[in-house]
Amino acid sequence: MASHAIAGHDDGHAHTHHTTTGLDNRKIAIWAFIGSECMLFASLISTYLIYKGKSLVGPYPHTEYTDAAGKVFPAILDIPVTSASTFVLLMSSLAMVLALQAVQLKGTPLPANAGWWTRAQRSSQLWLGMTALLGATFLGFQAYEFTAFVREGLTIKTNLFGSTFFTLTGFHGAHVTVGVLWLMSLLWIDRTRGLGPKDELVVDIAALYWHFVDVVWIVIFTLIYLIQ
Amino acid sequence: MATLAAPACATAPASTQSGLWSWIATTDHKRIGTLYLWTALAFFLIGGLEAALIRTQLARPNMGFVSAETYNQLFTMHGTTMVFLAVMPLSAAFFNYLIPLQIGARDVAFPRLNAFSYWVYLLGGIFITLPILFQVAPDGGWFGYAPLTTNQFSSGPNIDFWVIGLQILGVSSLAAAFNFITTIINLRAPGMTLMRMPMFTWMSFVVQFLLILAFPPITVALVFLLMDRFFGTTFYAIAQGADPLLWQHLFWVFGHPEVYILILPAFGLVSEVLPTFSKKPLFGYNVMVYSGIMIGFLGFGVWAHHMFAVGMGAVADSIFSLMTMLIAIPTGVKIFNWIATMWAGEVRFTVPMKFAIALIAMFTIGGISGVMHSSPPADLQQTDSYFVVAHFHYVLFGGSIMGIFAGIYHYYPKITGRFLNERLGNVHFWLNFIGMNLTFFPMHFSGLLGMPRRIYTYDAGQGWDLFNLLATYGTYLLVIATAVFVWNFVRSRTRGAIAGGDPWGAATLEWSIPSPPPEYNFAQIPTVTSRYPLWDLKDPSWHEGEDSHGDTGTPGPSPLREETETHTAKALGIPMPYPTAKPAFAALGLVVMFSGLLFLRNDLFAVAMTVTLGGAAMLIGGLYAWLTSPLE
Repeated sequence: MASHAIAGHDDGHAHTHHTTTGLDNRKIAIWAFIGSECMLFASLISTYLIYKGKSLVGPYPHTEYTDAAGKVFPAILDIPVTSASTFVLLMSSLAMVLALQAVQLKGTPLPANAGWWTRAQRSSQLWLGMTALLGATFLGFQAYEFTAFVREGLTIKTNLFGSTFFTLTGFHGAHVTVGVLWLMSLLWIDRTRGLGPKDELVVDIAALYWHFVDVVWIVIFTLIYLIQ
Repeated sequence: MATLAAPACATAPASTQSGLWSWIATTDHKRIGTLYLWTALAFFLIGGLEAALIRTQLARPNMGFVSAETYNQLFTMHGTTMVFLAVMPLSAAFFNYLIPLQIGARDVAFPRLNAFSYWVYLLGGIFITLPILFQVAPDGGWFGYAPLTTNQFSSGPNIDFWVIGLQILGVSSLAAAFNFITTIINLRAPGMTLMRMPMFTWMSFVVQFLLILAFPPITVALVFLLMDRFFGTTFYAIAQGADPLLWQHLFWVFGHPEVYILILPAFGLVSEVLPTFSKKPLFGYNVMVYSGIMIGFLGFGVWAHHMFAVGMGAVADSIFSLMTMLIAIPTGVKIFNWIATMWAGEVRFTVPMKFAIALIAMFTIGGISGVMHSSPPADLQQTDSYFVVAHFHYVLFGGSIMGIFAGIYHYYPKITGRFLNERLGNVHFWLNFIGMNLTFFPMHFSGLLGMPRRIYTYDAGQGWDLFNLLATYGTYLLVIATAVFVWNFVRSRTRGAIAGGDPWGAATLEWSIPSPPPEYNFAQIPTVTSRYPLWDLKDPSWHEGEDSHGDTGTPGPSPLREETETHTAKALGIPMPYPTAKPAFAALGLVVMFSGLLFLRNDLFAVAMTVTLGGAAMLIGGLYAWLTSPLE
């Protein structure tokens, strides 16, 4: 989306362009993009809520279902497992904050008595990698959840719950996947030529996207899993 | 008109580049705007041809000119083409060409993203248009109501093209909207405050917000439909408990703001034309801005007036009825402000001015029938009848198309350096004006006499015959009018009178530079001290005794009109974006990726995966190559 080089071919022009607000163009564009994404998830979530409890056959999210043949399907959502994956995703936002801070502080001398934590805080590679890893872990949980549901008899075709659940959480998972790829690209740039304070904006934009995707999950988790 | 005689200087070279590759690789907003203009006009002709075939079939009762199946494809593609491939991109042509010039910028914020938007539009347009040659065009109406468009009722590939095509076109509109929002917020020249922006830029600004907020709901509706058709989900499967109104709600949450996406740019264009040819500032500039914002805001709260007939209940009907009546207020304000702009002005009846005045009159007729629909009891009589067809053609043809033609005649000299022929323009205007009214006015009557929409033929003796015949004659008149326009448009590029930088005596920044503008637009970025910088330059005291028109600063030394000849950007030391075909390549990848889905229809799963993954690889590779290379 950005028109300037994210890999930082520092051609000198990127920083000399005057803008009306003083903000970089990319910063405004990402906020407009997030605004649009809000409407995307609002539409998906609304549909989930409209269809909540309307499925004619099970499995159901929070209640048991017995089909015509007498087969019993227990409530399908595994709230403890998803709570764990939610915690992982929340922690990834913390790692993202630390990654941005590490990039901002690159080149600032460490205090003489800096302990291991202060030193660790300075490693942008550690925190970018950690964010990507936590994001990938969340995706692993989602893959586990999806396959478990299919095994238990809920597919995207089964009922309205299956269609809306897999589509909504799948859309969110796709956003996390894009975020992980984005973070890994930043990590790669960091490893090859190093990210520093001049790249703050590039990391900041990725962070805004990452936090947004995280916030969306909190809404989804609350509405699908916590509220019965 | 004779008073428009221009200085006899040669037109400046638009660009140092030429040849097909220079167009594929261009990142210049003006060249991209020109591409949009030509492409959208081509689709406008295709959509018009479809309309002519429709009207031929309906000329007389029980005609057999086309089959019912073909007729369904024709009316679906006529609507889809006109909305998504003609009017929206014609507006986009003006966004591209004019926004940077009007705000005093050298380009849009993201020139390569801009090229990407265009190529996605072109390829998506071809994708959705080609099937009609093979009789497999979409046939579910431009609104594509599900469950009608699900596999159960539409099992052929027709709707596949529609669902995938619209998804592709949505990417183009969204990418462009992020770009223009950033451009308008961030690239204004010094002194160009929000309340000094030209009205076209203002209305475009409102439209970009409508785009980014209205497209996601239809994206989601289309994703559901796509999943239902290809992957067996149950979003629109009534037998599984799905709500038959889900599609309608999601579609019209997009569809009604879409109406304002189509009309507000035209409102903006006539708001440039009317002050210029009345030699008066736009009456009530602030209120025009606020009413534009108000229209955009209320536009999100009226979608269910498209659904009064579905039985939502008295409370919902009343709320949506009230909101719909409310939206007539800011719209009416605009009408009266345009009239007040002309009032006591030195009005010059040029072709663009005639089209602008026609918009005021025709849109008012369409607006009044629109207010009639806002009352649910009246709407229940009119809905799905030709009365509605008459209504929305008065606002879309009488409004958007008239406004866009006003814009084309007004800005053609800026874009090409030459005037469109005034006499041919007058012929076009009058044929167009008469043809439009002859086509659509009789539909009010056939509609009130009960003629339903979307029927491919009808029996004689229901009182509809005369009105249908008149409408068909009107359409043929429009075909002739459009032929005159096309002839004029093509011919004037080489034969038109030389225009010069400011042929109309207009007031805003785009007229301060040569026509056609040099690739860098402004040799020196101007400093703006009022809404009408060029009028200030001619006579600093022109608005004494009136309101200040945003003039708060003292005019300092301004670089406006300093240039007498154009230089290359290099000679002036202005960094320009490199030409690059990477955005076009990424756009091609996107379209290939989506078109892979088509193979699922024939259970060619491996082919579908190969094409989709291949397209995705092209898209991602193109994006990486583009993002990791410097802009300029």
